[in-house]
Amino acid sequence: MTETLLSVQNLNAWFGMHQALKNIQIEFSPQTVTALIGPSGCGKSTFVRCLNRLHEEVPGAYATGKVILQGKNIYESSVDPVLIRRKVGMVFQKPNPFPSLSVFDNVVAGLKLAGIRRKSILMEVAERSLKQAALWEEVKNKLQQPGTSLSGGQQQRLCIARALAVEPPILLMDEPTSALDPISTAKIEELLAELKKTMTVIMVTHNMQQAARISDKTAFFLLGELVEFGQTSTLFTVPKEKKTEQYITGKFG
Amino acid sequence: MQRSIDIGLNELKAQLVQMAGYLEEAVKNATLAWRNRSREMIERVNAIEDKVNQAHLDVDAACLKLLATQQPLATDLRFILSVVKINSDIERMADQAVNISNNAVYYLQHPPYQDLSDLIRMSEIVRELVKNAIDAFIKEDAVLAQNVLDADDEVDQLKNKVFKDVLAHLKQTPQEVEQGLNVILIARNLERIGDHATNIAEDVIFTISGQDVRHSHFRKKGSPDEK
Amino acid sequence: MTSLRRQIGDFTRLRYRRRKALSGWMTFCLTVSACAAAGGLLGVFGYVVWKAVPHFSVSFFTGLPQPVGEPGGGMLNALLGSLFMVALGTGIGVPWGMAAGVYLSEYGRGRLAVWVRFAADMLSSVPSIVTGLFIYVLIVRPMHRFSGFAGALALSVILIPIVARNTEELLKLVPQHIREAGLALGIPRWRVILSIVLRGSRGGLTTGIILGVARISGETAPLLFTALNNRLLSLKWDQPMASLPVQIYTYAISPFEDWNVQAWVGAFVLVLFVFLLNTVTRWVMK
Repeated sequence: MTETLLSVQNLNAWFGMHQALKNIQIEFSPQTVTALIGPSGCGKSTFVRCLNRLHEEVPGAYATGKVILQGKNIYESSVDPVLIRRKVGMVFQKPNPFPSLSVFDNVVAGLKLAGIRRKSILMEVAERSLKQAALWEEVKNKLQQPGTSLSGGQQQRLCIARALAVEPPILLMDEPTSALDPISTAKIEELLAELKKTMTVIMVTHNMQQAARISDKTAFFLLGELVEFGQTSTLFTVPKEKKTEQYITGKFG
Repeated sequence: MQRSIDIGLNELKAQLVQMAGYLEEAVKNATLAWRNRSREMIERVNAIEDKVNQAHLDVDAACLKLLATQQPLATDLRFILSVVKINSDIERMADQAVNISNNAVYYLQHPPYQDLSDLIRMSEIVRELVKNAIDAFIKEDAVLAQNVLDADDEVDQLKNKVFKDVLAHLKQTPQEVEQGLNVILIARNLERIGDHATNIAEDVIFTISGQDVRHSHFRKKGSPDEK
Repeated sequence: MTSLRRQIGDFTRLRYRRRKALSGWMTFCLTVSACAAAGGLLGVFGYVVWKAVPHFSVSFFTGLPQPVGEPGGGMLNALLGSLFMVALGTGIGVPWGMAAGVYLSEYGRGRLAVWVRFAADMLSSVPSIVTGLFIYVLIVRPMHRFSGFAGALALSVILIPIVARNTEELLKLVPQHIREAGLALGIPRWRVILSIVLRGSRGGLTTGIILGVARISGETAPLLFTALNNRLLSLKWDQPMASLPVQIYTYAISPFEDWNVQAWVGAFVLVLFVFLLNTVTRWVMK
């Protein structure tokens, strides 16, 4: 199925006077994992933050262009960013469970703070999300303990469960495993393979081997531009652009 | 900027170049064995084979190590994959050279065959192919590699001609059957060396452009292709 | 050659000894200074205790001010009045202060925030008597009377910048990516601030408020022109109200012996109260 779930057209992003993204044009299909690679400062993090309109929360930052999600342009003036973010979830580089909230409260935070209070629903969602994040077995007996009492890898899976709890069709991940040890990283990569069956994942990563392992498609960003976008297997064996070739073989970056 | 993988890649290339040197020596000596009726050349070919076999093991081990430790991608990955294959081809070619020199042992036990001109021509072309294939690899020259692919047709044609001519001759003069048989065997081994050279050329094209041109190279019409 | 090495060795040994001596001397000086500082505190506290304890009695907490010479006087009105005004002042000051702190931390960029921050800093260094005068002009004069309400207001004005700065500093400690995580879940910004950022800083905020309360409970000057004082027990918000610090002041400067004694007891109670608040917050913070 090659219908498009998310279509980015002419996306430009600025931090004040500095242009961070230049004319990005890319399309994401449902139920795929897309990896975004590129050297530091190339704009890939900025790009994902434009997809859930988090970019504009930085003072002085703005974006132009169209990002069409399920037929609607999320940058239209009538659109409420808060509602968009319920459709496009995000997991950050550093695990960031909410301090002073328990594991359970962390997972259901997205629902509770949006007004859903019914205990039965919250319990059900918490269990489902924690199972999806492959964390349920480890925390089912300590749901009331503070979220920060878990190990680093567990905390990151907690954040994934938290993002999954609102059931977004798209999940953005900004270097989700770069702060974790290899075993935690492997666990998260495993669960991505499962997640792919029901949602679309867009993941920024510095680790090219990781991108090659888990993604279906890869996009290479350089200096704010999208240089190449294609099947992962092709991009890593026979890249079309010279710059892509140079970057992935370590000749710069 | 030298990357850590470049050291390994350069060493790999050097090892392969040295191995190719042994191979070219072996092919030359094997040819001279039957052409000049020289026993000494036969000895030399056998001596070189050991060196080639050792290099074969060393190159494969080096490739394995690079793949494991460097996680190569794109050109680097294609290069190492090709080196593994070329390594194998060179070793097979050296085996064929040894076969030719073994054929020469039996050939020399009888008076020479009357018309070796086609065989000589074949051996010259094949030596040229081997040299060009190796050069294409060293210089990363896709055009040279393509020339090797195109020239292989002539080798096949010559082999078929040698077969036909020897058969026809043997029908006339059956007492020359042993020489004739060895001539045919030498021709066949030369043709196989040529095939391996084209394999190398295909691998070179794959490394440079990423295109896999195996099994798609056209053969000229009208030549019965018996392998 | 060996003598050169020995010379160098001697030299470094000498330098080592000298360094050690200097270090020891400095440690001694610092210890003396620390003791002097602690000694000051202990001296004040100890003196108050020494002066007050012999005259400490329950009637202090239950009785009302008596005319001179009458036994059994107490400061019940002052105690209750202080309680009332501090509580009201806190009730007014804390929400304002926290709102200002939240503004400065979460929304404040640009000129307005700079001025607000500047105002908060200035306000916290304004002499408290000036604050009292300010409230006098603003509230007491139009009302044509001194009142507990004015006193509470004066206290709240002192409390606001303390709470604002404390809130701002604490909220700034919450890493930005926590806020972003909240926003990324599709939670509106105000909710993120309320339920996640503020909630996460609960401990520090409470501590800051308690310390602010300890501070304003001891303020005397602002109450002089606002609540005035009251010999009788009165908790009417629009009437002059007694407060512990002012009562202490009144009794202390009076020429009467037993009033002076009561002042000491009052001082002791006040110091004890502030001391307890500080200790409790420190213990809670652990």
